[in-house]
Amino acid sequence: MSYFLDMLLGRLDWDALPFWKMLQEPTTFNIINGTIVTGAASMVVLGGLALVALITWFGKWRVLWSDWLTSVDHKKIGIMFIVVAFVMLARAIIEAVFMRAQQSVGLGGGFLSAEHFGEFFSTHGTIMIFFMAMPFLTGVINYIMPLQIGARDLSFPVMNSISLALTAAGAVLVMVSLVLTPFSTGGWSGYPPFTESPYSPGAGVDYWIWAVTLSTLSSTMTGINFAVTIYKKRAPGMHLMRMPLFCWTALTTAILMIFGMPPLTVATALLALDRYLDFHFFTTDLGGNMMNYVNLFWAFGHPEVYILILPAFGVFSEIFSTFSGKRIYGYKTLVIATISIAALSFTVWLHHFFTMGQDASINAVFGIATMLIGIPTGVKIYDWMLTMYRGRVRLTIPMVYAIGFIMLFVIGGLTGIILANPSIDYQVHNTLFLVAHFHNMLVPGMLFGMLAGYNYWFPKAFGYRLNERWGYRAAYSWIIGFILAFFPLYALGLLGMPRRTVAFLEPAYLPWTIVAGIGALVVLFALFSLIMQLGVSIRRRVTYAVPIGDPWDGFSLEWSTSSPPPEYNFPVIPQIASRDPFRSEKDSGQAYQRPEEYGNIEMPANSALGPVLAVVSFLMTFGLVWYMWWLVIGSGLMGLAALVGRSFVRRTTRIISADEVRRTHESWLDQVARAKAITRADERDTTNQGLAASPVEGAVQ
Amino acid sequence: MTPTTNRHPGINLGDMHEEASDACESLVFGFWVFMMSDLIIFALLFATYVVMLGGTAGGPGPHELYEMKSAFLETMLLLASSFTFGMASLALKYDRTKGQLLGWLVITLLLGLAFIGLELRDFHLMASKDGVPSRSGFLSAFYALVSLHGLHVTGACLWMLVLFGQMAVHGLDTGVKTGLLRLGILWHFLDIVWIGIFSVVYLGGLV
Repeated sequence: MSYFLDMLLGRLDWDALPFWKMLQEPTTFNIINGTIVTGAASMVVLGGLALVALITWFGKWRVLWSDWLTSVDHKKIGIMFIVVAFVMLARAIIEAVFMRAQQSVGLGGGFLSAEHFGEFFSTHGTIMIFFMAMPFLTGVINYIMPLQIGARDLSFPVMNSISLALTAAGAVLVMVSLVLTPFSTGGWSGYPPFTESPYSPGAGVDYWIWAVTLSTLSSTMTGINFAVTIYKKRAPGMHLMRMPLFCWTALTTAILMIFGMPPLTVATALLALDRYLDFHFFTTDLGGNMMNYVNLFWAFGHPEVYILILPAFGVFSEIFSTFSGKRIYGYKTLVIATISIAALSFTVWLHHFFTMGQDASINAVFGIATMLIGIPTGVKIYDWMLTMYRGRVRLTIPMVYAIGFIMLFVIGGLTGIILANPSIDYQVHNTLFLVAHFHNMLVPGMLFGMLAGYNYWFPKAFGYRLNERWGYRAAYSWIIGFILAFFPLYALGLLGMPRRTVAFLEPAYLPWTIVAGIGALVVLFALFSLIMQLGVSIRRRVTYAVPIGDPWDGFSLEWSTSSPPPEYNFPVIPQIASRDPFRSEKDSGQAYQRPEEYGNIEMPANSALGPVLAVVSFLMTFGLVWYMWWLVIGSGLMGLAALVGRSFVRRTTRIISADEVRRTHESWLDQVARAKAITRADERDTTNQGLAASPVEGAVQ
Repeated sequence: MTPTTNRHPGINLGDMHEEASDACESLVFGFWVFMMSDLIIFALLFATYVVMLGGTAGGPGPHELYEMKSAFLETMLLLASSFTFGMASLALKYDRTKGQLLGWLVITLLLGLAFIGLELRDFHLMASKDGVPSRSGFLSAFYALVSLHGLHVTGACLWMLVLFGQMAVHGLDTGVKTGLLRLGILWHFLDIVWIGIFSVVYLGGLV
């Protein structure tokens, strides 16, 4: 019997339950920590149950399955990626608040155990990078890029669905680690030898390995998909140098994913070989070499930084141009800068470990290479400012994020130049100065960019604008909260406080950690505002409706179709004759035209392969974490069978008849004819139905 | 697209295969991109091998373990299989008889399987001389790189079997044609990686 149970459950035991330790040794300290974990675990379980109950109550299982989970529509997959990102964002922010709270009272103790604090910073980093930032930018690119280049879908729609499946499975794995604990305490970078079995024998590091591996495989496929789509599926006339800048950043990000993700796949795979099969890649004995891990990890890690930031740069380029009412300044230089950043990103990985023993001259080379990245980035900043210069700037929510981004990002960039100097890096490495620096790049850069894009493109995806009151509250509290939470960390870093410290004995740190704690609360309010914004907007969706699809008087193709766009995006594939094609169409009175004839449209048919692989890859990695070998083998065979089975399917597309396309398009054109065009000054008013009065038609702006 | 231009690198089916030729444009290009990504994985494992070459930790090293005769034979098998796959691709492109296509593919498959068999025999012999991955960093790097290549060859053989199955069900349709074209790229890619393994792992290890 016990033999059978061992086979069944592997190494899963009672002490994986979050409250087990608290029951075994009920000290006050254990009870506090146990309660926090148990609370989190019950939120996961109750949240999951509530979701199932709600879907059942509203009878939405069929809709969920056939309209969403099996859909291979790039727009729906994009939305699902962003849903994953928001859920994980909420969790990771709450974790950040706990860490800041701990350090606010951390003088000589605090309430969190070191172990627990380690899990907090490991999950926070892992989630923010792999399950918030990556799905967020993947989702936004997924939704917008095909619309901007005039395509009907990505090149490989089913592979897109598989990418989503793997990311979702990884996210679920991280969530499950709250219920069946522990997670890794090795940080988001998982450096060995600490993460090797002699030092971290439990399931924690294995959760981390497999969650990250799923994410890297997903992103590699996403990168291939995006790059091939941009190379092969642009509408006629959409030359590369006519693409919107967001597509340029999508292309460079995709290329970085193709070449930057494999190093992490290799690093985590080799670490897994060490842990599971007793290999000796990074062990302290028998010829292992942990420096190899560090090199592999950052050969991924540095391109990754630009994978995260470049799409945000693309979003900001669109936003500065739209809300200044001007074409983007210096298009060509922005393209060149984007490509330069992408190329340079492969030449600087060593600056992540200046202090780990290489020659001074090697450090110097990488220090200089690092500083070089400041040049193309500076070019971008100036181009954006010059886009605003003499434009009629409208301070909409995306613009608040964008202006906050420019000011804060420049400060973060300057601290990066400081860190790029190896001799200074020796002083501040592994202190909170570094933590302040990379949050200063990623929060105003990546996150503000994505939130700005969310506010900017939400009306496109759902057909109604987002509530402004809560939107501004969110934007301003993000900016203020960020400043309060992270600027003190620069000071703490210079005072010598190491990163990832649970408690400290230096009273001089305390005022700064308290300010940072207050900042975290402001960020928590920002999260609350985002939730409120979405809730209020859904309730008032009729008032905020913009079905015509062009609420901000946009420049690029995505604004030329209805909101939300039909599954096939465009009734006929547009012919492109200029950069900013929709602007030219509107200016010459060519927008909203009836095409001469409609044709049948062939679209990819739904496929269950994605959801099947989501379940299979979750079960397989879960089995690997807990040594349930029957589950690993069983789900592996199931996944293989699903893939082989799919390869025999020949009817992978379905036809939407010309008649249906015509009917849909004509009813939308009727709506356009009935709608009242509004000037930019009224775009935030409820009279905005998504039809913009063009300045050349004499509208006063 | 004029009829004479190539739609993607490598052997093109050409316009007499109309639908398949259209489908190839994105599929084969996408597969090339995937190969680039996969090449990064191999490149990093090569680098890891070179870094760890000295990490024998007192265990057996290349001189005690490598069987050049066998490695050479494996190289010949793979090179021959690349040639036969090339013949299969030509048979596909020029619409030769299905028998010719299948014949060349089956020979390729057999050569691939023989390669895997020989490689497993190598591993077995090495293990009998204490050359197992848990012995040292050097052996870990060797096994990770060489067996990843072996796994790729196994996967490619499996893929070929699946394509045989598709051929039996659907005949030589667009799906099978584009599949064969992509499998061909993978097959030649693995051949090139093996040349790297033979030169860097075996010859380089013995220098």
